[in-house]
Amino acid sequence: MASGTQHETEVLDQVIVRFAGDSGDGMQLTGDRFTTSSALLGNDLSTFPDFPAEIRAPAGTVNGVSAFQVHISDHDILTPGDSPNVLVAMNPAALKANIELMAKGTVLIVNSDSFEERDLTKAGYAENPLTNGSLAAYTVYEVPMTSITQEVCKEAGVKPRDAERSKNFFALGLISWMYTRPVEPTVEWIAERFGGRPLVADANTRAFRAGYDFGETAELFESNYEVRPAAFEKGEYVQVTGNQALAWGLIAGSRMAGVPLFLGSYPITPASDILHELSRRKEFGVRTFQAEDEIAGIGAALGASFGGALGVTTTSGPGLDLKSETIGLAINLELPLVIVDVQRGGPSTGLPTKTEQADLLHAMYGRHGEAPLPILAPQTPSDCFAVAIEAIRLAVKYRTPVIVLSDGYLANGAEPWRLPDLDSFAPIEPAFATEPNHVDDDGTETFWPYVRDPETLARPWAPPGLPGLEHRIGGLEKADGTGNVSYEGVNHERMVHLRRDKIAGIAADIPLVEVNDETGDAQLLLVSWGSTYAAVAAGVKRIRARGMKAAHVHLRHLHPLPANLGEVLHRYTQVLVPEVNLGQLSRILRAEYLVDAQTMSKMQGVPFRVGEIEAAITALLGGKS
Amino acid sequence: MSESNGSTATATGTATAVPVTARKDWTSDQEVRWCPGCGDYSILAAVQMLMPDLGVRRENTVFLSGIGCAARFPYYMNTYGMHSIHGRAPAIATGLATTRPDLDVWVISGDGDSLSIGGNHLIHALRRNVRLNILMFNNQIYGLTKGQYSPTSEVAKVTKSTPFGSVDTPFNPVSLALGAEATFVARTHDMDRAHMQETFRRAHQHNGAAFVEVLQNCNVFNDGAFEKITSRDVRANMLIPLQHGQPIVFGAEGEERGVVQRADGSLEIVSVAEVGLEALLVHDEKRDDPGLAFALSRLARGPYEPTPIGVFRAVERPEYGTQMSEQITAAQGKRGLGDVEALLRSGSSWTVD
Repeated sequence: MASGTQHETEVLDQVIVRFAGDSGDGMQLTGDRFTTSSALLGNDLSTFPDFPAEIRAPAGTVNGVSAFQVHISDHDILTPGDSPNVLVAMNPAALKANIELMAKGTVLIVNSDSFEERDLTKAGYAENPLTNGSLAAYTVYEVPMTSITQEVCKEAGVKPRDAERSKNFFALGLISWMYTRPVEPTVEWIAERFGGRPLVADANTRAFRAGYDFGETAELFESNYEVRPAAFEKGEYVQVTGNQALAWGLIAGSRMAGVPLFLGSYPITPASDILHELSRRKEFGVRTFQAEDEIAGIGAALGASFGGALGVTTTSGPGLDLKSETIGLAINLELPLVIVDVQRGGPSTGLPTKTEQADLLHAMYGRHGEAPLPILAPQTPSDCFAVAIEAIRLAVKYRTPVIVLSDGYLANGAEPWRLPDLDSFAPIEPAFATEPNHVDDDGTETFWPYVRDPETLARPWAPPGLPGLEHRIGGLEKADGTGNVSYEGVNHERMVHLRRDKIAGIAADIPLVEVNDETGDAQLLLVSWGSTYAAVAAGVKRIRARGMKAAHVHLRHLHPLPANLGEVLHRYTQVLVPEVNLGQLSRILRAEYLVDAQTMSKMQGVPFRVGEIEAAITALLGGKS
Repeated sequence: MSESNGSTATATGTATAVPVTARKDWTSDQEVRWCPGCGDYSILAAVQMLMPDLGVRRENTVFLSGIGCAARFPYYMNTYGMHSIHGRAPAIATGLATTRPDLDVWVISGDGDSLSIGGNHLIHALRRNVRLNILMFNNQIYGLTKGQYSPTSEVAKVTKSTPFGSVDTPFNPVSLALGAEATFVARTHDMDRAHMQETFRRAHQHNGAAFVEVLQNCNVFNDGAFEKITSRDVRANMLIPLQHGQPIVFGAEGEERGVVQRADGSLEIVSVAEVGLEALLVHDEKRDDPGLAFALSRLARGPYEPTPIGVFRAVERPEYGTQMSEQITAAQGKRGLGDVEALLRSGSSWTVD
């Protein structure tokens, strides 16, 4: 690369870039690669892939626009950012779909080759926004990305139509120049990723370099920018998405427990990547079973658990509906099982690719009969790892199904993750039954499957294979102790209480909530769960910077709730619960603790913005937002 | 429990001889609660008496069921067992059998459980060829819910839920199993212990999914559903025993009939005296093409015409769980046993000092 003498390099503390184009334009790949380059440079980052449910909606239409937003910074950040500084729009539809997000004065980089009459018509523009003055408030760079890409690929013998597909790499090259990302790692990555298709690799490399050179040599840009490494804690880091971290956590947890992992799953957005990741990891002894339906997925997982493996099933909302009956069976059988629900917009098919948190009450109560189980929710993409391990710990220790509520935002979002010390996790002891546990009146030693551990109330886990421990379990109510079928009313009530007490008792085995209350005298408490953590934590930080006070509590365990939560809630005069639903956690808090928890609701398929949290806090504290 | 190959075979392997057992060792202490006279009793007895002969260990045997009268079966076997939920037993058993190849897993089901609510799981377990012994008790009625018609009930069946007669065409369970790519398909009935035991033994020996339809009398809600073919006095002339490598022949002495294949491929029952023994179709259960077995399954339009029993099809195809284990072994051979620390670094990692 020739060094650009005419450009200054300005230092920024952070930047938010949004790549937008057609579903077929490779925007996710482009954004993902830019993210990785930034991670390797040591920036803190947070990403937000935002794509439609259709694989290829009609090209050029607003419905087909796929976007990837990435926030990079030289300091600790929590969210993918509210409003981008730069929008890369590959066509008019991408511009139209995203312009509302852009604040005045921000930068738009558009592929000017795709602003022909018919492109504008497909996007629903009556006139060309590039020429009618409607973008006057922005700094607009018109770059002929398609034609330059075709030009540089011509020399390599790539046909113009094929070359056109590499234009996302031109955009990546240009943005890489703009934010001084190194060239070579991406060139190497292209060679590796497209190694099997040398012509494609060559075209992508040429397009990428052309984009970079364009920034360098075209006299469009006054300067480029540098975002310096963030001051991370010492350690080894990787970039990870929620689904990836969750899959790895399941593998790690099964290793810690010393029981093989069995995944029974049916493909569903946005959970399928967990199935994909685990399917690749057979060397860990992971068995993955792509079932005929959601019910078979969890059924097979439960069968595996009965046999002494760790049964796991992964799904999203519609699948959780279908699994309800088997979850009830698992509660009655009292066998370990992990159910991962990567929540998406509902009801019904809803918004398959958009995030939501509206399955909490379903997880709590979505079964007939009194059927309690533990519920956990990861707070960030990387936290999916630890939460998966915690779910396995509880499932194994208490012989119970556990629901993990991830969501679409965590599943696809990426962030840097400081690799944990695996030895720091609490041990997981399957403690399989090894011998008879009861002596009959005549002195015969027998095995009773429903004798309980006095401390945990868990029953023995006795997979087939040991002589003398043969036993039958089932969905019918069982007599306390023997596990034989019992229709007796008093016994049923006792069993209902035992199942409830066993799960409630887990509260003593999980951490107390930690209150983030800097000065200790805040009047307002914010309660977050799951992925709302990021926006709430960032919002509280912002209002503190403005001299206001608010406390923050985050819940990773949704059921049972941490033992000190009631006492904490009652310490504050106001409690605000931002949720991507109509107020499900606040309903639970009100019922559980008689506290006036207020709901802040948003259901637009996207996470809260920090600004929204900031405004809500400001309003509650009587200030101006 | 071993983590190395992902299966949980216990230390109590088969190194020592299988203990000699009797029926009582396979009988649990639970009181059997089927209606007096139910065909399920004779099936239970046949199984309990067969088990000591199979050379298997009680602790390595699992009976698994869904919902329905038949599904109470596991409670009465002194083995490991699970009475699960309606229709799902083949799915649950798939997870168990694939993670525990050391176990002998029996699925006990009925016509409603297997062919109505659980139809999907049955066909997929069969096509995958999971090592399961699936015994489906077909009584052509819903017993536990007190007498509604089932997916195998004959057309025009009058029941509590079809007071004007049912209008839907029933499934033929053997045809369905053959259509689902099952590698082992057989039929037997509750009136013939020896035939049941021989059929169950064959199912047990089959390395893959074995499907057995057991014609079973529900004396309360559908009494006599099969009496036109299974009662002692008519059996010889109404049941067609299928024997591998033998001409398909049946009937009392002097009035033998047999099955021939017409020029268009269809099957017909003829008098042996008229066509001669050599003209009869020779049963080939190992025939890869299931077409002929399917045609045999269609010989009788219902349990009032001569009906084939025995093994329709028994072919070899790789077993599902075995193949799953082989992929794991191959991956471990190539990449070692899997290191979590390395897994976490499988993308790019960087260090902050």
